[in-house]
Amino acid sequence: MKIDRRSFLSLGIGAAAGTALSPLPWKLMDDVSIWTQNWPWTPVPAAGESTYVNSVCTLCPGSCGITVRKVDDRGVKIEGMKGHPVNQGGICMLGLAGLQLLYAPDRIKTPLKRSGKRGDGNWISITWDQAISEVAGKLKELRANGQAHTVAGITGSGPNTVSRLFKRLLTAFGSPNFFTTPSMDSSYRLALQMMNGAPPDAITPGFDLENADFILSFGSGLLDGWGSPVHMFRTNTAWRKTQARVIQIEPRLSRTAAKADRWIAITPGSEAALALGIAHVLISESLYRKEFVDNYTSGFEGVVNATGELQKGFKQHVLEKFSPKTVSELTGLDPAAIILLAREFAKAKAPIALFGKGQGKQPGSMDEALSIHALNALVGVINQKGGIYALPAPDYPGWPAIPPDPIADSGVKQPRIDGASSDAFSRLNQLPSAVLSGKPYPLNALLVMEANPLYTMPDSKSVQEAFDKIPFVVSFSSFMDETARNADLILPNHVYLERHEDAPLPEGFSRPVISLSKAVFKPLYKTQHVGDTLILLAKGLGSSIAEALSWKDFDTCLKQAMGDKMDTLQKTGYWTDPNAVFPDGKMTFATPSGKFEFASSAFCPGFTPVKIEGDATYPLVLIPCDTMRLASGDTANPPFDTKIVEETILLHQASLIEINPKTALSQGLSENDRVLLQTPRGQANVLVHLEEGIMPGVIALPRGLGHTAYDDYIAGKGVNLNRLMGPVADPLSGLDAAWGIKAKLSKA
Amino acid sequence: MKSEQNQENTKKFGMVIDLDVCTGCGSCMVACMAENNVPFRKDESDKLKSITWMRVYKLTNGKPYPETDICYLPRPCQHCEGHEGHSPCVSVCPATATDYDMQTGIVSQIYTRCFGCRYCMAACPYHARYFNWYDPVWPKGMEKYLNPDVSVRMRGVVEKCSLCIHRYQAAKNKAFMEGKTEIEEGDYQTACTQACPAGAITFGDLNNPSHAVYKLKQQPHAFRLLERLGANPKIYYVSSREWVRRAGDNYLKNEGPAKIG
Repeated sequence: MKIDRRSFLSLGIGAAAGTALSPLPWKLMDDVSIWTQNWPWTPVPAAGESTYVNSVCTLCPGSCGITVRKVDDRGVKIEGMKGHPVNQGGICMLGLAGLQLLYAPDRIKTPLKRSGKRGDGNWISITWDQAISEVAGKLKELRANGQAHTVAGITGSGPNTVSRLFKRLLTAFGSPNFFTTPSMDSSYRLALQMMNGAPPDAITPGFDLENADFILSFGSGLLDGWGSPVHMFRTNTAWRKTQARVIQIEPRLSRTAAKADRWIAITPGSEAALALGIAHVLISESLYRKEFVDNYTSGFEGVVNATGELQKGFKQHVLEKFSPKTVSELTGLDPAAIILLAREFAKAKAPIALFGKGQGKQPGSMDEALSIHALNALVGVINQKGGIYALPAPDYPGWPAIPPDPIADSGVKQPRIDGASSDAFSRLNQLPSAVLSGKPYPLNALLVMEANPLYTMPDSKSVQEAFDKIPFVVSFSSFMDETARNADLILPNHVYLERHEDAPLPEGFSRPVISLSKAVFKPLYKTQHVGDTLILLAKGLGSSIAEALSWKDFDTCLKQAMGDKMDTLQKTGYWTDPNAVFPDGKMTFATPSGKFEFASSAFCPGFTPVKIEGDATYPLVLIPCDTMRLASGDTANPPFDTKIVEETILLHQASLIEINPKTALSQGLSENDRVLLQTPRGQANVLVHLEEGIMPGVIALPRGLGHTAYDDYIAGKGVNLNRLMGPVADPLSGLDAAWGIKAKLSKA
Repeated sequence: MKSEQNQENTKKFGMVIDLDVCTGCGSCMVACMAENNVPFRKDESDKLKSITWMRVYKLTNGKPYPETDICYLPRPCQHCEGHEGHSPCVSVCPATATDYDMQTGIVSQIYTRCFGCRYCMAACPYHARYFNWYDPVWPKGMEKYLNPDVSVRMRGVVEKCSLCIHRYQAAKNKAFMEGKTEIEEGDYQTACTQACPAGAITFGDLNNPSHAVYKLKQQPHAFRLLERLGANPKIYYVSSREWVRRAGDNYLKNEGPAKIG
């Protein structure tokens, strides 16, 4: 058959019409659309019964109550616990992202033993029995050789039962080297000890911020993680209703400064001078509260020294050295502004001055702590409503005395390796140099609990060198953090949501509160509560040490430590002292004079600038800054929190430094330029971010970035500030008082 | 009869966000991501590819140091009503994947209908819509925390804030089980509202005089974003600072929020 044009067309049209009339095209289109909407790889979360469990968040010292939503045995969401005294139902972004830590892929799943070189990341899984016997064996050997004191322990936890147990183990073992992680709390406690005469172990500063109406914050990041963050957010909202005024003093327009009623930028490092300048105005204009100063203080007019001579008191010292004109030169602030600020401060009903820069994770300068505390005394808000006072530590029923043992007794009598007089003010910042110099003695073993010193301590390079010199490092970390990666053995702890423990004393709060962290989840992996690990270690070490930690397990130990509080804790999740009335207005002080001491023969608040590292070849000053969106301590930022970090802080995985456009112009830099940031301690490639809200000549870099361990969701993002800054020891406390370092930028 | 019933039950859920109280901490963003199964990737520092139903913007007054000032502005989907439900995005969607619900005032997003043309993203004046350029992948083990009340999205579709509509459905179910015809104000609150540690977000029915938002939206300093576009959004902001209110729209130098009715 010949196919002519006519039949071709009619056949074609017929076929098209036939197909169109048949269900085929519709069926095909339907199939294609179903196929394109098949996503077998997209997870479908399983439904189940929804339950809610109350516990406490221990990711920061804030200790907020949390409610965990579970669907069957899966944790689905963490919310704030309604009615908890600290956070009253609120929660922060770190607490919200807690499940990303529980289910993190970089969790350590079994005890690990290093194989190959340290830090290479080659591990062998071992059993718990083997892990305990390895550590106990090594420690036993050191103890038998009279080296018990050359073992040190670092904890990043607050004064909870696990920390106390850790200290007890070291003491029974014979080591004086128990290290807590110093923070602004250490400086506050020292200031309270010197001026209020409070005992170092038994107190913590209490802040009645809700009742204050004029808040003079010397760089405290009240909305950037200072104290108990959610409590601070709530207080800040309450301040708007009570019309309290917040004055933020710092060289950078932080989140706190932006929300404050006034932002006052001063030369970084001159905070103590400004505090004393304000004191000068209060004294010279007779604006201070005479009733308090005359009746309840000593050292204001004069100080009688040891030889019976009368020395200058605080008043004369301030009047001579800190006139508004002098302070103006030191701070860069107009003398009139200083006078105005002082008058406003004095005239407020309930003024309070706050110390502790940023999140308060650094101890800071004692000059600053004492001057600011003296300012509070001048306006008479010590132990007063709306003021600051020394909280007694909650009364833990005493554990039985540690059984005497000759090795332990001689061990703990050895000097501490950091030169501190007791662990109450342990100088963790001095540990690396002591280890490197081998003086007063070499360190043979280090146990690290809930801390990540290789990341959080300044001058990372020397910390790493010090770690390399310690022959035996044990980490109790739940995650493969920087310190765990450089350990010889890892005995992994449960994650906080799997642990049963106490969380005492929320930082920056007005009352003592103890919360109970419950094991919301059964352990996901073969991890062990570090409290149990310590008890098993003691058993492995035997003799008097086993006797000192003779509890069956940590739960029994915790029950004994909590005593009659346990019932309340289990019922409500938290405990507050029913008999405590704070502030108590108590005007008796445990100082030698029985009064609040402005100055004594041993000290007088002054201003000796903390030395800043770097010479004239570094034209800029680099200051650290804290942001609420970055956790900078031993908890690494979970992926959700890193996701919300602004593109002005982290862009294309690089850190940005904040610089004033004027300074940038003089350096020939513009937005997002790639530059090399150099300081005397190190260098890093960063991007430039022009920001009007920073003092010219100063550049800022946030803490909390630049992890090198963990997984790809946490590591490799930006720069760790600690690589660029070193510690500067405070002459009074010996703790780290560095507030910045000289720096220079050059185009990369 | 039917229309009468509708009239009675018509709700208009919306928010009033107090920018004086908001600290810009970002808890709302994380609460939203945790509640709504929003995925994350290894590198989220390029914000053009980052999905954040709730996003906190940083506004500055543009003045040089030391007169600089900053304000943070949380921006969920504005759930525009437009004129009789003609929201900018709803009007352009060729797949009817997004719709304005006259009963609740919520602009919905139906992922399985969306074929990813992104017209709605172009139409949205608030950049509230996000496209899934990648398949969501959770690190091994982390898919355990996913919320069964919210479906997980897939590559190739647009997503946005739903005003936690699953919580509304749960609240309605609860009310039904308890034999009530109406839900309580506190029974339906979005995840961001609940989480905000500063208490800056108030959520409720803008039509209901007994709800807090009803009064708050009438404050003298209340405003909405880009009001003059006529998108008629349901998210109100409050700020005592004039420069912040001015930043809410593209005003000329000689005009301001006060001058337009």
